[in-house]
Amino acid sequence: MKPVDGEAKIANSKKGSYKVSHKPIIWSLFAAGGTLTALLMPVLVVLVALAVPVGYLPAELFSYARIHELLASPIVKLIVFAVVFLSLWHSAHRMRITVHDFGLRADSFAVFVFYGIAAVASIFLVLAII
Amino acid sequence: MKLDNGHYIRPLARYTWWTQQSSYIRYILREVSSLFIGFFSIVLVCGLYRLSQGEAEFNSWREALWSNGFALSIIVLFFAGYHSVSWFSVTPKAMPLTFSGKRVAPEIIIGAHWLLWLLSSAFVWLLFIYGGDL
Amino acid sequence: MKNDVSEETENTPVVRNVQFEILRYNPDQDDEPYYQTYQVPCQEEWVILDAINYIKDNLDRSLSYRWSCHMAVCGSCGLMVNGEATLSCHSFVREMPDKIRIEPLSNFPVARDLIVDMDGFVENLASVKPYIIPAEERGLEDGWYNQSPAQLEKYQQYTQCINCMLCYSACPQVGLNEGFIGPAALALAHRYNQDSRDVGRSAREDVVSSNVGIWECSFVGACSEVCPKHVDPAAAIQQTKIAATADYFKRFLMPWVKPKKSSSLEPGDEK
Repeated sequence: MKPVDGEAKIANSKKGSYKVSHKPIIWSLFAAGGTLTALLMPVLVVLVALAVPVGYLPAELFSYARIHELLASPIVKLIVFAVVFLSLWHSAHRMRITVHDFGLRADSFAVFVFYGIAAVASIFLVLAII
Repeated sequence: MKLDNGHYIRPLARYTWWTQQSSYIRYILREVSSLFIGFFSIVLVCGLYRLSQGEAEFNSWREALWSNGFALSIIVLFFAGYHSVSWFSVTPKAMPLTFSGKRVAPEIIIGAHWLLWLLSSAFVWLLFIYGGDL
Repeated sequence: MKNDVSEETENTPVVRNVQFEILRYNPDQDDEPYYQTYQVPCQEEWVILDAINYIKDNLDRSLSYRWSCHMAVCGSCGLMVNGEATLSCHSFVREMPDKIRIEPLSNFPVARDLIVDMDGFVENLASVKPYIIPAEERGLEDGWYNQSPAQLEKYQQYTQCINCMLCYSACPQVGLNEGFIGPAALALAHRYNQDSRDVGRSAREDVVSSNVGIWECSFVGACSEVCPKHVDPAAAIQQTKIAATADYFKRFLMPWVKPKKSSSLEPGDEK
Protein backbone atom coordinates (compact mmCIF):
# COMPACT_ATOMS: atom_id res chain seq x y z
CA MET A 1 0.00 0.00 0.00
CA LYS A 2 2.64 2.54 1.02
CA PRO A 3 5.41 3.06 -1.52
CA VAL A 4 8.63 1.35 -0.49
CA ASP A 5 11.59 3.60 0.26
CA GLY A 6 13.26 3.14 -3.13
CA GLU A 7 10.18 4.16 -5.07
CA ALA A 8 9.56 7.19 -2.88
CA LYS A 9 13.13 8.27 -3.46
CA ILE A 10 12.76 8.09 -7.23
CA ALA A 11 9.34 9.72 -7.24
CA ASN A 12 10.56 12.65 -5.18
CA SER A 13 14.00 13.00 -6.70
CA LYS A 14 13.07 15.83 -9.07
CA LYS A 15 10.55 17.47 -6.76
CA GLY A 16 12.35 20.75 -6.45
CA SER A 17 12.59 21.37 -10.17
CA TYR A 18 8.88 21.26 -11.07
CA LYS A 19 7.16 24.59 -11.54
CA VAL A 20 3.44 25.30 -11.21
CA SER A 21 1.90 26.06 -14.57
CA HIS A 22 -0.73 28.74 -15.09
CA LYS A 23 -1.52 27.43 -18.54
CA PRO A 24 -5.14 26.54 -17.55
CA ILE A 25 -6.10 30.19 -17.88
CA ILE A 26 -5.03 30.56 -21.50
CA TRP A 27 -5.99 26.99 -22.29
CA SER A 28 -9.60 27.61 -21.27
CA LEU A 29 -9.74 30.53 -23.69
CA PHE A 30 -8.06 28.36 -26.31
CA ALA A 31 -10.50 25.46 -25.89
CA ALA A 32 -13.60 27.67 -25.80
CA GLY A 33 -12.39 29.68 -28.77
CA GLY A 34 -11.52 26.55 -30.69
CA THR A 35 -14.97 25.10 -30.20
CA LEU A 36 -16.75 28.33 -31.15
CA THR A 37 -14.61 28.89 -34.23
CA ALA A 38 -15.05 25.28 -35.31
CA LEU A 39 -18.81 25.76 -35.09
CA LEU A 40 -19.16 29.28 -36.47
CA MET A 41 -16.12 30.43 -38.47
CA PRO A 42 -17.11 28.75 -41.76
CA VAL A 43 -20.57 30.32 -41.78
CA LEU A 44 -19.18 33.70 -40.72
CA VAL A 45 -16.60 33.72 -43.51
CA VAL A 46 -19.21 32.80 -46.11
CA LEU A 47 -21.76 35.23 -44.77
CA VAL A 48 -19.53 38.25 -44.22
CA ALA A 49 -16.87 37.89 -46.89
CA LEU A 50 -18.18 35.72 -49.73
CA ALA A 51 -21.99 35.67 -50.02
CA VAL A 52 -22.30 39.16 -51.51
CA PRO A 53 -19.29 39.14 -53.88
CA VAL A 54 -20.51 35.90 -55.46
CA GLY A 55 -23.96 37.39 -55.79
CA TYR A 56 -25.80 35.02 -53.48
CA LEU A 57 -26.98 37.70 -51.06
CA PRO A 58 -27.90 41.33 -51.79
CA ALA A 59 -25.51 43.98 -50.55
CA GLU A 60 -28.39 45.80 -48.84
CA LEU A 61 -28.37 43.17 -46.11
CA PHE A 62 -25.03 44.60 -45.09
CA SER A 63 -25.99 48.26 -45.26
CA TYR A 64 -24.64 50.49 -42.54
CA ALA A 65 -28.12 51.17 -41.19
CA ARG A 66 -29.09 47.51 -41.00
CA ILE A 67 -25.87 46.27 -39.41
CA HIS A 68 -25.91 49.17 -36.97
CA GLU A 69 -29.44 48.25 -35.98
CA LEU A 70 -28.67 44.52 -35.63
CA LEU A 71 -25.77 45.29 -33.32
CA ALA A 72 -27.82 47.64 -31.16
CA SER A 73 -29.21 44.72 -29.18
CA PRO A 74 -27.16 43.94 -26.03
CA ILE A 75 -27.59 40.21 -26.59
CA VAL A 76 -26.19 40.44 -30.10
CA LYS A 77 -23.35 42.61 -28.80
CA LEU A 78 -22.53 40.02 -26.16
CA ILE A 79 -22.56 37.10 -28.60
CA VAL A 80 -20.50 38.91 -31.22
CA PHE A 81 -18.02 39.98 -28.54
CA ALA A 82 -17.72 36.47 -27.12
CA VAL A 83 -17.18 34.80 -30.49
CA VAL A 84 -14.62 37.31 -31.77
CA PHE A 85 -12.82 37.65 -28.41
CA LEU A 86 -12.42 33.90 -27.93
CA SER A 87 -11.41 33.44 -31.55
CA LEU A 88 -8.65 36.04 -31.15
CA TRP A 89 -7.22 34.35 -28.05
CA HIS A 90 -7.57 30.85 -29.49
CA SER A 91 -5.58 31.93 -32.54
CA ALA A 92 -3.00 33.78 -30.48
CA HIS A 93 -2.29 30.78 -28.28
CA ARG A 94 -2.11 28.36 -31.19
CA MET A 95 0.25 30.67 -33.09
CA ARG A 96 2.50 30.83 -30.04
CA ILE A 97 2.68 27.01 -29.96
CA THR A 98 3.17 26.81 -33.73
CA VAL A 99 6.11 29.19 -33.65
CA HIS A 100 7.69 26.87 -31.09
CA ASP A 101 6.85 23.86 -33.32
CA PHE A 102 8.77 25.50 -36.13
CA GLY A 103 11.83 25.30 -33.93
CA LEU A 104 12.06 28.92 -32.80
CA ARG A 105 13.28 29.34 -29.23
CA ALA A 106 11.65 32.64 -28.44
CA ASP A 107 8.61 31.88 -26.31
CA SER A 108 8.67 35.15 -24.36
CA PHE A 109 8.82 37.06 -27.62
CA ALA A 110 5.99 34.96 -29.09
CA VAL A 111 3.89 35.61 -25.98
CA PHE A 112 4.53 39.34 -26.29
CA VAL A 113 3.71 39.47 -30.02
CA PHE A 114 0.71 37.13 -30.25
CA TYR A 115 -0.97 37.80 -26.93
CA GLY A 116 -0.14 41.46 -27.45
CA ILE A 117 -1.92 41.54 -30.80
CA ALA A 118 -4.87 39.72 -29.26
CA ALA A 119 -4.96 42.18 -26.38
CA VAL A 120 -4.86 45.22 -28.66
CA ALA A 121 -7.53 43.73 -30.91
CA SER A 122 -9.65 42.95 -27.85
CA ILE A 123 -9.44 46.57 -26.73
CA PHE A 124 -10.54 47.79 -30.17
CA LEU A 125 -13.31 45.20 -30.09
CA VAL A 126 -14.62 46.52 -26.78
CA LEU A 127 -14.41 50.11 -28.01
CA ALA A 128 -16.19 49.20 -31.22
CA ILE A 129 -18.99 47.25 -29.63
CA ILE A 130 -19.78 49.54 -26.74
CA MET B 1 27.09 14.86 -29.70
CA LYS B 2 28.94 12.24 -27.71
CA LEU B 3 28.36 12.33 -23.97
CA ASP B 4 30.91 11.61 -21.24
CA ASN B 5 29.37 8.21 -20.62
CA GLY B 6 29.83 7.29 -24.29
CA HIS B 7 26.17 7.68 -25.26
CA TYR B 8 25.42 9.62 -28.44
CA ILE B 9 22.77 12.30 -28.71
CA ARG B 10 21.55 12.60 -32.29
CA PRO B 11 20.90 16.08 -33.71
CA LEU B 12 17.26 17.11 -33.80
CA ALA B 13 15.76 18.33 -37.07
CA ARG B 14 14.35 21.32 -35.26
CA TYR B 15 13.02 23.18 -38.27
CA THR B 16 12.12 20.29 -40.61
CA TRP B 17 10.90 17.44 -38.38
CA TRP B 18 7.34 18.00 -39.51
CA THR B 19 8.16 17.38 -43.17
CA GLN B 20 9.16 13.78 -42.45
CA GLN B 21 5.68 12.30 -42.19
CA SER B 22 2.27 13.08 -43.66
CA SER B 23 0.64 12.98 -40.21
CA TYR B 24 3.03 15.70 -39.04
CA ILE B 25 2.27 17.83 -42.11
CA ARG B 26 -1.45 17.52 -41.38
CA TYR B 27 -0.78 18.58 -37.80
CA ILE B 28 1.13 21.68 -38.93
CA LEU B 29 -1.65 22.58 -41.37
CA ARG B 30 -4.10 22.33 -38.49
CA GLU B 31 -1.97 24.62 -36.36
CA VAL B 32 -1.43 27.10 -39.19
CA SER B 33 -5.20 27.33 -39.65
CA SER B 34 -5.14 29.54 -36.57
CA LEU B 35 -3.12 32.13 -38.49
CA PHE B 36 -5.94 32.59 -40.99
CA ILE B 37 -8.71 32.36 -38.41
CA GLY B 38 -6.92 34.93 -36.26
CA PHE B 39 -6.40 37.15 -39.28
CA PHE B 40 -10.09 37.00 -40.14
CA SER B 41 -11.02 37.76 -36.53
CA ILE B 42 -8.92 40.90 -36.77
CA VAL B 43 -10.69 41.75 -40.02
CA LEU B 44 -13.98 41.44 -38.13
CA VAL B 45 -12.68 43.68 -35.34
CA CYS B 46 -11.74 46.24 -37.98
CA GLY B 47 -15.21 46.01 -39.45
CA LEU B 48 -16.86 46.51 -36.08
CA TYR B 49 -14.58 49.42 -35.33
CA ARG B 50 -15.27 51.03 -38.72
CA LEU B 51 -18.97 50.53 -38.02
CA SER B 52 -18.62 52.51 -34.82
CA GLN B 53 -16.86 55.28 -36.71
CA GLY B 54 -19.62 55.90 -39.23
CA GLU B 55 -21.24 55.00 -42.53
CA ALA B 56 -18.48 56.09 -44.89
CA GLU B 57 -15.80 54.23 -42.93
CA PHE B 58 -17.92 51.08 -42.68
CA ASN B 59 -18.70 51.10 -46.39
CA SER B 60 -15.07 51.43 -47.38
CA TRP B 61 -14.19 48.48 -45.11
CA ARG B 62 -16.98 46.49 -46.70
CA GLU B 63 -15.93 47.28 -50.24
CA ALA B 64 -12.28 46.47 -49.54
CA LEU B 65 -13.23 43.09 -48.03
CA TRP B 66 -15.51 42.18 -50.92
CA SER B 67 -13.09 43.18 -53.69
CA ASN B 68 -9.47 42.96 -52.58
CA GLY B 69 -10.18 40.51 -49.79
CA PHE B 70 -12.08 37.96 -51.87
CA ALA B 71 -9.21 35.62 -52.76
CA LEU B 72 -7.83 35.68 -49.23
CA SER B 73 -11.30 34.98 -47.83
CA ILE B 74 -11.48 31.80 -49.90
CA ILE B 75 -8.22 30.69 -48.30
CA VAL B 76 -9.57 31.63 -44.86
CA LEU B 77 -12.65 29.52 -45.58
CA PHE B 78 -10.48 26.52 -46.46
CA PHE B 79 -8.55 26.80 -43.21
CA ALA B 80 -11.72 27.45 -41.19
CA GLY B 81 -13.12 24.21 -42.61
CA TYR B 82 -9.85 22.40 -41.92
CA HIS B 83 -10.01 23.61 -38.32
CA SER B 84 -13.60 22.39 -37.91
CA VAL B 85 -12.82 18.97 -39.35
CA SER B 86 -9.71 18.49 -37.22
CA TRP B 87 -11.29 19.90 -34.04
CA PHE B 88 -14.39 17.70 -34.21
CA SER B 89 -12.38 14.60 -35.10
CA VAL B 90 -10.55 14.69 -31.76
CA THR B 91 -13.49 15.49 -29.48
CA PRO B 92 -14.11 11.78 -28.71
CA LYS B 93 -10.62 11.63 -27.20
CA ALA B 94 -11.22 14.61 -24.94
CA MET B 95 -14.70 13.58 -23.87
CA PRO B 96 -15.22 9.83 -23.71
CA LEU B 97 -18.88 9.04 -23.06
CA THR B 98 -20.53 5.92 -21.72
CA PHE B 99 -24.19 5.19 -22.23
CA SER B 100 -25.78 2.35 -20.21
CA GLY B 101 -22.43 0.71 -19.54
CA LYS B 102 -21.00 0.86 -23.04
CA ARG B 103 -18.58 3.36 -24.57
CA VAL B 104 -20.26 5.63 -27.10
CA ALA B 105 -18.67 5.14 -30.53
CA PRO B 106 -16.42 8.04 -31.57
CA GLU B 107 -18.32 8.40 -34.85
CA ILE B 108 -21.46 9.25 -32.92
CA ILE B 109 -19.72 11.97 -30.93
CA ILE B 110 -18.17 13.42 -34.08
CA GLY B 111 -21.49 13.20 -35.93
CA ALA B 112 -23.26 14.99 -33.09
CA HIS B 113 -20.75 17.85 -33.37
CA TRP B 114 -21.31 18.15 -37.10
CA LEU B 115 -25.05 18.24 -36.45
CA LEU B 116 -24.45 21.01 -33.94
CA TRP B 117 -22.30 22.78 -36.56
CA LEU B 118 -25.12 22.55 -39.09
CA LEU B 119 -27.72 23.82 -36.64
CA SER B 120 -25.62 26.70 -35.34
CA SER B 121 -24.54 27.74 -38.85
CA ALA B 122 -28.15 27.68 -40.05
CA PHE B 123 -29.19 29.61 -36.95
CA VAL B 124 -26.63 32.34 -37.52
CA TRP B 125 -27.40 32.53 -41.23
CA LEU B 126 -31.17 32.78 -40.78
CA LEU B 127 -30.90 35.09 -37.79
CA PHE B 128 -28.80 37.47 -39.87
CA ILE B 129 -31.03 37.44 -42.90
CA TYR B 130 -34.36 37.66 -41.11
CA GLY B 131 -33.19 39.12 -37.82
CA GLY B 132 -34.07 42.65 -38.74
CA ASP B 133 -37.70 41.65 -39.12
CA LEU B 134 -38.00 40.25 -35.61
CA MET C 1 0.77 -38.50 -51.01
CA LYS C 2 -2.55 -36.69 -51.07
CA ASN C 3 -1.49 -33.58 -52.97
CA ASP C 4 0.37 -33.52 -56.20
CA VAL C 5 2.86 -30.89 -55.05
CA SER C 6 6.43 -31.27 -56.18
CA GLU C 7 9.05 -31.53 -53.46
CA GLU C 8 10.92 -28.62 -54.96
CA THR C 9 8.15 -26.04 -54.41
CA GLU C 10 7.49 -27.31 -50.90
CA ASN C 11 11.08 -26.96 -49.75
CA THR C 12 12.19 -23.67 -51.33
CA PRO C 13 10.52 -20.68 -49.61
CA VAL C 14 9.95 -17.50 -51.58
CA VAL C 15 12.59 -14.95 -50.65
CA ARG C 16 13.01 -11.29 -51.54
CA ASN C 17 16.39 -9.67 -51.35
CA VAL C 18 16.04 -6.62 -49.18
CA GLN C 19 18.77 -4.09 -48.48
CA PHE C 20 18.99 -3.05 -44.85
CA GLU C 21 20.74 0.17 -43.89
CA ILE C 22 21.37 -0.06 -40.19
CA LEU C 23 22.73 2.60 -37.86
CA ARG C 24 25.83 1.38 -36.05
CA TYR C 25 27.59 2.95 -33.08
CA ASN C 26 30.27 1.54 -30.82
CA PRO C 27 31.06 4.02 -28.02
CA ASP C 28 34.52 2.49 -27.54
CA GLN C 29 35.53 2.98 -31.18
CA ASP C 30 33.28 5.60 -32.78
CA ASP C 31 32.79 9.31 -32.21
CA GLU C 32 29.67 9.29 -34.37
CA PRO C 33 27.14 6.74 -35.60
CA TYR C 34 27.30 5.55 -39.21
CA TYR C 35 25.19 3.37 -41.49
CA GLN C 36 26.09 -0.17 -42.47
CA THR C 37 24.42 -2.00 -45.33
CA TYR C 38 23.37 -5.64 -45.35
CA GLN C 39 21.64 -7.74 -48.04
CA VAL C 40 19.09 -10.05 -46.46
CA PRO C 41 17.08 -12.79 -48.21
CA CYS C 42 13.75 -12.17 -46.50
CA GLN C 43 11.06 -14.81 -46.34
CA GLU C 44 7.49 -13.83 -46.99
CA GLU C 45 6.22 -14.14 -43.43
CA TRP C 46 9.17 -12.39 -41.78
CA VAL C 47 8.97 -9.40 -39.55
CA ILE C 48 11.80 -6.88 -39.33
CA LEU C 49 13.08 -8.64 -36.21
CA ASP C 50 13.54 -11.87 -38.18
CA ALA C 51 15.69 -10.04 -40.70
CA ILE C 52 17.79 -8.44 -37.95
CA ASN C 53 18.22 -11.82 -36.25
CA TYR C 54 19.33 -13.23 -39.63
CA ILE C 55 21.94 -10.47 -39.88
CA LYS C 56 23.25 -11.22 -36.41
CA ASP C 57 23.30 -14.97 -36.98
CA ASN C 58 24.79 -14.99 -40.46
CA LEU C 59 26.29 -11.67 -41.45
CA ASP C 60 27.45 -9.61 -38.49
CA ARG C 61 27.68 -10.97 -34.97
CA SER C 62 28.53 -7.54 -33.58
CA LEU C 63 25.11 -6.02 -34.21
CA SER C 64 23.44 -5.13 -30.89
CA TYR C 65 19.72 -4.68 -30.32
CA ARG C 66 16.96 -5.46 -27.84
CA TRP C 67 14.19 -8.00 -28.30
CA SER C 68 12.43 -10.71 -26.35
CA CYS C 69 8.91 -12.00 -26.85
CA HIS C 70 8.62 -11.60 -30.63
CA MET C 71 4.87 -11.04 -30.16
CA ALA C 72 4.39 -7.38 -29.23
CA VAL C 73 3.82 -7.82 -25.50
CA CYS C 74 7.21 -7.17 -23.92
CA GLY C 75 7.95 -3.79 -25.46
CA SER C 76 11.69 -4.46 -25.93
CA CYS C 77 12.19 -4.24 -29.69
CA GLY C 78 11.22 -0.65 -30.50
CA LEU C 79 13.05 0.79 -33.53
CA MET C 80 12.76 3.39 -36.26
CA VAL C 81 11.94 1.63 -39.53
CA ASN C 82 12.18 4.04 -42.48
CA GLY C 83 11.66 6.90 -40.06
CA GLU C 84 8.63 5.50 -38.28
CA ALA C 85 8.61 4.20 -34.72
CA THR C 86 7.50 0.59 -34.59
CA LEU C 87 8.11 -2.71 -32.83
CA SER C 88 10.46 -4.74 -35.01
CA CYS C 89 8.47 -7.89 -34.20
CA HIS C 90 5.26 -6.20 -35.30
CA SER C 91 6.36 -4.86 -38.67
CA PHE C 92 6.13 -7.13 -41.70
CA VAL C 93 8.92 -7.03 -44.27
CA ARG C 94 6.48 -7.83 -47.06
CA GLU C 95 4.85 -4.45 -46.52
CA MET C 96 8.16 -2.64 -46.93
CA PRO C 97 10.12 -1.53 -49.99
CA ASP C 98 13.38 -3.19 -51.10
CA LYS C 99 15.47 -0.73 -49.07
CA ILE C 100 14.84 -0.47 -45.35
CA ARG C 101 16.53 1.96 -42.99
CA ILE C 102 16.79 0.83 -39.37
CA GLU C 103 17.68 3.25 -36.60
CA PRO C 104 17.37 3.28 -32.82
CA LEU C 105 14.32 5.00 -31.30
CA SER C 106 14.35 8.78 -31.84
CA ASN C 107 14.62 11.25 -28.97
CA PHE C 108 16.77 8.91 -26.88
CA PRO C 109 20.55 8.79 -26.47
CA VAL C 110 22.16 5.93 -28.38
CA ALA C 111 24.06 3.58 -26.10
CA ARG C 112 25.26 1.12 -28.74
CA ASP C 113 23.99 0.28 -32.23
CA LEU C 114 20.19 0.01 -31.94
CA ILE C 115 20.11 0.17 -28.14
CA VAL C 116 18.96 3.40 -26.50
CA ASP C 117 19.40 4.69 -22.99
CA MET C 118 16.02 4.39 -21.30
CA ASP C 119 16.94 5.67 -17.83
CA GLY C 120 15.23 9.02 -18.38
CA PHE C 121 12.08 7.24 -19.48
CA VAL C 122 11.98 5.11 -16.34
CA GLU C 123 12.49 8.21 -14.17
CA ASN C 124 9.58 9.89 -15.90
CA LEU C 125 7.33 6.93 -15.19
CA ALA C 126 8.34 6.92 -11.52
CA SER C 127 7.78 10.66 -11.17
CA VAL C 128 3.98 10.39 -11.51
CA LYS C 129 3.60 8.15 -8.42
CA PRO C 130 2.41 5.13 -10.41
CA TYR C 131 0.74 3.24 -7.58
CA ILE C 132 -2.65 3.23 -5.90
CA ILE C 133 -2.89 6.03 -3.35
CA PRO C 134 -5.93 5.00 -1.32
CA ALA C 135 -7.99 7.29 0.89
CA GLU C 136 -6.85 5.39 3.96
CA GLU C 137 -4.19 2.88 4.53
CA ARG C 138 -5.56 -0.62 4.24
CA GLY C 139 -4.26 -3.92 5.49
CA LEU C 140 -5.05 -7.44 4.36
CA GLU C 141 -7.64 -7.73 7.12
CA ASP C 142 -9.67 -4.93 5.46
CA GLY C 143 -10.42 -7.26 2.59
CA TRP C 144 -10.52 -6.54 -1.09
CA TYR C 145 -11.74 -3.48 -2.99
CA ASN C 146 -14.98 -3.84 -4.92
CA GLN C 147 -14.94 -2.44 -8.41
CA SER C 148 -17.73 -2.57 -10.95
CA PRO C 149 -17.18 -3.25 -14.67
CA ALA C 150 -18.07 0.39 -15.34
CA GLN C 151 -15.38 1.56 -12.90
CA LEU C 152 -12.87 -0.79 -14.51
CA GLU C 153 -13.73 0.48 -17.98
CA LYS C 154 -12.70 4.00 -17.02
CA TYR C 155 -9.03 3.13 -16.72
CA GLN C 156 -8.49 -0.32 -18.21
CA GLN C 157 -7.15 0.74 -21.60
CA TYR C 158 -4.45 2.81 -19.86
CA THR C 159 -3.18 -0.30 -18.09
CA GLN C 160 -2.19 -1.85 -21.41
CA CYS C 161 1.05 0.10 -21.80
CA ILE C 162 4.06 -2.18 -22.40
CA ASN C 163 6.60 0.63 -21.95
CA CYS C 164 7.89 0.23 -25.49
CA MET C 165 8.67 3.98 -25.78
CA LEU C 166 7.41 4.25 -29.38
CA CYS C 167 5.24 7.17 -28.27
CA TYR C 168 8.31 9.10 -27.08
CA SER C 169 9.94 8.64 -30.46
CA ALA C 170 6.84 9.67 -32.36
CA CYS C 171 6.13 12.74 -30.23
CA PRO C 172 7.79 15.88 -31.61
CA GLN C 173 7.33 17.68 -28.28
CA VAL C 174 9.51 15.09 -26.54
CA GLY C 175 12.23 16.13 -28.94
CA LEU C 176 11.53 19.87 -28.83
CA ASN C 177 10.79 20.30 -25.10
CA GLU C 178 13.55 19.27 -22.76
CA GLY C 179 12.20 17.68 -19.63
CA PHE C 180 8.73 16.90 -20.97
CA ILE C 181 7.82 13.72 -19.10
CA GLY C 182 6.04 12.35 -22.17
CA PRO C 183 2.96 10.38 -23.25
CA ALA C 184 3.47 7.07 -21.43
CA ALA C 185 4.12 8.74 -18.07
CA LEU C 186 1.02 10.91 -18.44
CA ALA C 187 -1.11 7.97 -19.58
CA LEU C 188 0.15 6.08 -16.54
CA ALA C 189 -0.82 8.97 -14.24
CA HIS C 190 -4.24 8.99 -15.87
CA ARG C 191 -4.53 5.23 -15.29
CA TYR C 192 -4.25 5.82 -11.58
CA ASN C 193 -6.29 9.02 -11.49
CA GLN C 194 -9.15 7.19 -13.16
CA ASP C 195 -8.98 4.18 -10.85
CA SER C 196 -11.81 4.21 -8.31
CA ARG C 197 -9.48 2.85 -5.63
CA ASP C 198 -7.21 5.89 -5.94
CA VAL C 199 -7.54 9.43 -4.58
CA GLY C 200 -4.07 10.61 -5.56
CA ARG C 201 -4.84 13.13 -8.32
CA SER C 202 -3.83 16.09 -6.17
CA ALA C 203 -0.66 14.28 -5.11
CA ARG C 204 0.33 13.73 -8.77
CA GLU C 205 -0.60 17.27 -9.76
CA ASP C 206 2.70 18.90 -9.01
CA VAL C 207 4.32 16.85 -11.75
CA VAL C 208 1.41 16.22 -14.12
CA SER C 209 0.24 19.85 -14.20
CA SER C 210 3.73 21.31 -14.05
CA ASN C 211 5.91 22.97 -16.66
CA VAL C 212 7.05 19.51 -17.82
CA GLY C 213 3.66 17.78 -17.73
CA ILE C 214 0.45 17.89 -19.74
CA TRP C 215 0.89 21.52 -20.80
CA GLU C 216 3.87 20.67 -22.99
CA CYS C 217 1.56 18.54 -25.13
CA SER C 218 0.11 20.20 -28.24
CA PHE C 219 -2.07 17.23 -29.18
CA VAL C 220 -0.14 16.13 -32.24
CA GLY C 221 -1.62 12.68 -31.64
CA ALA C 222 1.35 10.76 -33.06
CA CYS C 223 1.75 8.91 -29.75
CA SER C 224 -1.64 7.25 -30.07
CA GLU C 225 -1.04 6.47 -33.73
CA VAL C 226 2.09 4.42 -33.07
CA CYS C 227 0.97 2.73 -29.85
CA PRO C 228 0.87 -1.03 -30.47
CA LYS C 229 -1.53 -1.63 -27.56
CA HIS C 230 -4.04 1.13 -28.35
CA VAL C 231 -3.50 2.82 -25.02
CA ASP C 232 -4.30 6.21 -26.59
CA PRO C 233 -2.06 8.43 -24.45
CA ALA C 234 -3.24 11.49 -26.42
CA ALA C 235 -6.75 10.92 -25.08
CA ALA C 236 -5.40 10.46 -21.55
CA ILE C 237 -3.56 13.79 -21.77
CA GLN C 238 -6.50 15.74 -23.18
CA GLN C 239 -8.80 14.39 -20.47
CA THR C 240 -6.18 15.31 -17.88
CA LYS C 241 -5.97 18.86 -19.29
CA ILE C 242 -9.70 19.29 -18.78
CA ALA C 243 -9.58 17.85 -15.24
CA ALA C 244 -6.51 19.93 -14.35
CA THR C 245 -8.16 23.11 -15.65
CA ALA C 246 -11.24 22.39 -13.54
CA ASP C 247 -8.99 21.78 -10.51
CA TYR C 248 -7.09 25.01 -11.15
CA PHE C 249 -10.21 27.16 -11.26
CA LYS C 250 -11.78 25.35 -8.31
CA ARG C 251 -8.71 26.21 -6.30
CA PHE C 252 -9.09 29.91 -7.05
CA LEU C 253 -12.83 30.31 -7.33
CA MET C 254 -13.86 27.86 -4.63
CA PRO C 255 -10.92 27.82 -2.20
CA TRP C 256 -13.07 26.27 0.49
CA VAL C 257 -13.24 22.98 -1.44
CA LYS C 258 -10.25 20.88 -0.43
CA PRO C 259 -8.91 18.23 -2.84
CA LYS C 260 -9.16 14.61 -1.72
CA LYS C 261 -6.16 13.69 0.37
CA SER C 262 -4.83 10.36 1.35
CA SER C 263 -3.90 9.51 4.91
CA SER C 264 -1.66 6.76 3.62
CA LEU C 265 0.97 9.11 2.17
CA GLU C 266 3.98 10.22 4.17
CA PRO C 267 4.29 14.01 4.72
CA GLY C 268 6.99 14.39 2.09
CA ASP C 269 5.03 12.59 -0.63
CA GLU C 270 2.40 15.25 -1.17
CA LYS C 271 3.10 18.59 -2.76
